[in-house]
Amino acid sequence: MNAFVSLAAVLALLLLAWLGVAGLQLHILFGIVIPYFAVVVFLGGIVYRVMTWANVPVPFRIPTTCGQQKSLPWIGHSKLENPSSSWQVAGRMALEVLFFRSLFRNTKTEVHPDGPKVVYHPAYWLWIGALAFHYGFLTVFVRHFRFFVPPACGYQQAASWCTDSSVVDGLWWALGTLESVDAFLQVGAPPVFVSGIILLAAATYLLLRRFVIPQVRYISLASDYFPLFLIIGIAATGILMRHFVRTDIEAIKALGYGLASFAPLTGGEAWSQFVHHRPGGAFVPGLPDIHWLFFAHLLLVCTLFVYFPFSKLMHLGGVFLSPTRNMANSNRAVRYDVGWSARHPVPAHTYEEYEDEFRDKMKMVDIPVDKE
Amino acid sequence: MARQAKFDEIEYYDHKALSAVDFRPPETGWMDTPVDMRPGTFIYPAKPRHLEYLGFPNPREWNPQDDDWKLPENWKEIIFKGMRERLDEYRSFRVFMDICVRCGACADKCHFFIGSGDPKNMPVLRAELIRSVYRNDFTTAGKILGKLAGAREVTIDVIKEWFYYFYQCTECRRCSVFCPYGIDTAEITMMARELLNLLGLNVNWIIEPVANCFRTGNHLGIQPHGLKDTLEFFADDIEEATGIKVDIPLNKKGAEILFVTPSGDFLADPGTFTCMGYMMLFHELGLDYTWSTYASEGGNFGLFTSHETIKRLNAKIYAEAKRLGVKWILGGECGHMWRVVNQYMDTVNGPADFLEVPRSPITGTVFENARSTKMVHITEFTADLIKHGKLKLDKSQNDHIRVTFHDSCNPARAMGILEEPRYILKHVCNHFYEMPENTIREQTFCCGGGAGLGTDENMEMRLRGGLPRGNAVQHVHERFGVNHLVAMCAIDRATLSTVCEYWAPEVRVAGIHELLANAMVMRGQKKRTLNLRLEPINGEEGDGDE
Repeated sequence: MNAFVSLAAVLALLLLAWLGVAGLQLHILFGIVIPYFAVVVFLGGIVYRVMTWANVPVPFRIPTTCGQQKSLPWIGHSKLENPSSSWQVAGRMALEVLFFRSLFRNTKTEVHPDGPKVVYHPAYWLWIGALAFHYGFLTVFVRHFRFFVPPACGYQQAASWCTDSSVVDGLWWALGTLESVDAFLQVGAPPVFVSGIILLAAATYLLLRRFVIPQVRYISLASDYFPLFLIIGIAATGILMRHFVRTDIEAIKALGYGLASFAPLTGGEAWSQFVHHRPGGAFVPGLPDIHWLFFAHLLLVCTLFVYFPFSKLMHLGGVFLSPTRNMANSNRAVRYDVGWSARHPVPAHTYEEYEDEFRDKMKMVDIPVDKE
Repeated sequence: MARQAKFDEIEYYDHKALSAVDFRPPETGWMDTPVDMRPGTFIYPAKPRHLEYLGFPNPREWNPQDDDWKLPENWKEIIFKGMRERLDEYRSFRVFMDICVRCGACADKCHFFIGSGDPKNMPVLRAELIRSVYRNDFTTAGKILGKLAGAREVTIDVIKEWFYYFYQCTECRRCSVFCPYGIDTAEITMMARELLNLLGLNVNWIIEPVANCFRTGNHLGIQPHGLKDTLEFFADDIEEATGIKVDIPLNKKGAEILFVTPSGDFLADPGTFTCMGYMMLFHELGLDYTWSTYASEGGNFGLFTSHETIKRLNAKIYAEAKRLGVKWILGGECGHMWRVVNQYMDTVNGPADFLEVPRSPITGTVFENARSTKMVHITEFTADLIKHGKLKLDKSQNDHIRVTFHDSCNPARAMGILEEPRYILKHVCNHFYEMPENTIREQTFCCGGGAGLGTDENMEMRLRGGLPRGNAVQHVHERFGVNHLVAMCAIDRATLSTVCEYWAPEVRVAGIHELLANAMVMRGQKKRTLNLRLEPINGEEGDGDE
C-alpha cells in the first residue's frame, strides 16, 4: 500500500508534466517558476532544519565508543573508533560520511533452532548499495553543472558567443575530465555514463530489498518508497533523454544558464546571442522546442528538492550533528558542561540527613560519625 | 508429584520452543498490532510508597494487564509538554527523531529481536513507536499526510506499547554501533522512559533501588551497620581461604582513596567473590582507602529513570569524597555505573576541583584520562599494577578453569575499556579464550537483563534476550572447554548466571578481581587450598610436579 501510493505519486508527477507542458504549454511555469521555487525551498529548508537542530543543546558527551579508549600510555588507543580529540573526531566523521564506516560493520544474524545456534554472516550488500547510490548520485549531480556553466572559449566551445574566462575554462576542464572518466566504458553514442547506470541500479536494489526482506518491508513507510521511486524516475528520464529521446540540448543549456544567471527569459548573457540566432529570436518562444520529457525530469528533480528538507533525506545534514559520532570520548579528562546541570536542580539527600537517620546504628557498630 | 514451574523460573521455558524463534512479521501492520502483555515478558509496576518517597508523579497501585492504568486526566498534555521540553533540550533526541532512513541495518543487531523475532524489538521499530507520535504532533509532513508519513495519534494503546517495549530495551547501544548515523536507541529509550515516568509508568525493579539508593546510599537498601556486617563476613571468608585478616576501613576521614562499587557485589554470589577480591588486593597493597556507607553504590538506576535521577543519586559520590577529604576515587567492576561516570558524572555533579588528579600510590602512574572526573576504573588501576610488577601472581592457581570474557555493554560502548580487563585476565590465568568476534568488544551482546530488566518476572524476555550471549558462551564451551565466564559488571554477574544456566549450563560466572585474588600470592598467606568460594583449588589433591 505504502509502495503503491508512492509509485502513484511519481507517476502523477510525470502525467502532470506531460499535461502541463505538452498540453497546456505552461513552459514558463514548469521551466522557470517551479525550479526557482524548488531551489529556494531546498536551500531555505535545509538551513532551517540544520538551524533547528543546532539550536538544541547537546547536554552530555555521549559518543558510542567502538574501540579501545585512551587510557594508560602502553595500551593501544583506537583513535578513529574511540576518538579523544577533535582531530580524531574529524577522522571518525570522515570515515562515516565518506565511507559509511558503521554500515560496513553490517552482519546478518541467523538463528538455527537446532542447538540452538546463532550465526553471524558478513553482509556487505547494503553497504555496497548505499555507497554506489550516494556516489552515483553525487557524480550525476556534479555532471549536471554543465547545464549551468556558460560556454567557454578555451575549452571545446568554438562558438562565437563563448565566454572568455579562465575560471570558466577551468570548470569545463574539470567537468570534461569527470565526464571522460564517467564514460570510460566507451559504449554508445553519446557514450553511456556509468554513474547514471549505477544510480539507477543502486536505487532499484534499495527499492527491491524493501520489497523482499520481510522485516524491512514491515517497517517501510510511504516516505521510504517515495524518494526511491522519485530518484528512479529522475535517473530513468535522464537516461532516456541522453540515449533515446531527441531533445534540443542547446536550448536546455540556455535555459539552465539563464536560470543560473537570473535571466531565465533570455538565456542569460552568455546565451543571448545564441538565442537570437534561432528562429523566433527570443528565448521563451524557443522553450517549446524542448521535449516534454525534459520538463518531466525537471519536475521530478524539483519535487525532490522541495521534499528533501522535510524528509528523512535530511540525514545528509543530520549525520554531521549526531552526538554519538561527532563527540570525543574525553569526558573524564576534560569536563563538559553546557549548562544542563544548572538548568536542572534536583533534591539532594545530604550526608547530614543520612547520619541523622542512621546515627544510632552507626555508633552501635563503631562506624565514625560527624555528630556524636 | 513434581512441582509445576512458574513463569518466573527458567524451568518453565522449554528449550526447543524458545530456540525456534519465529521471524515472520505479523499479518497486521505494526500500528494495528496491539501489545500482548503476557506474564514473563513485562515487569511489575513501581510500588506507590517508593514513588512517594522520591516525589515522583502518580503513585498508585496498578496492573499492566488491567485495561485501566489509572493515568492522570491530562496525560496527553503531559506527554506533549514532556516531548516538547526534551526535543528542545536534547539534540540527540531531536536528530534521532528526524534522520532515520529505516535501512534496517540495526534490525538483527538487537538481542531481544534475535531471541524473540518480535519486529517491535528491532531498534528501528522500537524508535518508530515514539517517532510516529513525534511526526504526528511536531512535524509538518506528519500533520498533513498522517499515516502515509508514518504518523499516528498518541492513544492509551500507544502508551501501553511504549511501556512494554521501552522496558524491553536494555539501553545496550549495540544497534548504535551499526547505525550509519549513530542513532542510539539507548537515548530514545531514556527519553521514552522519562516520558513514561511523568505519567507514573515505571517498574518496581528500577524504582525501588532508586528509592533505596536515595535513602540508604545503595540500591539494595543496606543500612550502615548491615554493610559493615557484610564486609566483615567477607573478611572471615578471606581469612579462611588465605589465613590473612584484612581490615575494613569504613567512612574513614583522610584516607587517600574512596572506593565505590556496585552494591550488588555486597549481596549476591558470584559478585561477592569479586568484592572479596578488591579487599584482598587493597590489603596486599597496603592501600590507604576507605569504603563509604553513605556513598555505597557505584551503580545508578537513575540512568534507567531520568537524567535528573542520575544526578540525584550520583551526587553522593563527590559529596562523600569531599566530606571524607580523600584525594581521588576508585571505582569497582560495574557496567552502567561506568557509563554514568564516563559520560555524566563530571557534567552533572562536577567540577570535582576539591580532588587531586588520580595517581597510583603504588606505581606513581598518573591517570591522565581521569584528570577531570578524578575517578579511575579498578581494571585501569590493576592493569597498571601488573604492568609495573607490583603483584605476585601465580596463574596456575586458576589452571583448573578455562575462561572467556564478556564485555559488558556500557564499559564497551560508552567508554571503550576493552584491553585493561583482558590484560589482567591474561596475567591471572593460563587458559583464556575469546568468544566469536561478532559477540565481543564493541559488538558485545547484552546479558538480557541490563537497564533494570533483570528481574525474575521478566524471565521469558531475559532468556530470549540472553540467547546470543548464552549461545556464544556455549560455543566456546564446546570448542575450548570454557567453564568460566568473566564479566566486570554486577548486573552481568547476576543475570548471566541465569542465562548461562539456561543456554550454557556447564559455565559459571565470575568477576575479574575474583580470579585475580585467587591467583594473587599474598604476603604471609597460608598454603592456599581453597579459592574464594571456599572450594578446593586444582592440584591440591596430588601436587608434587613443578
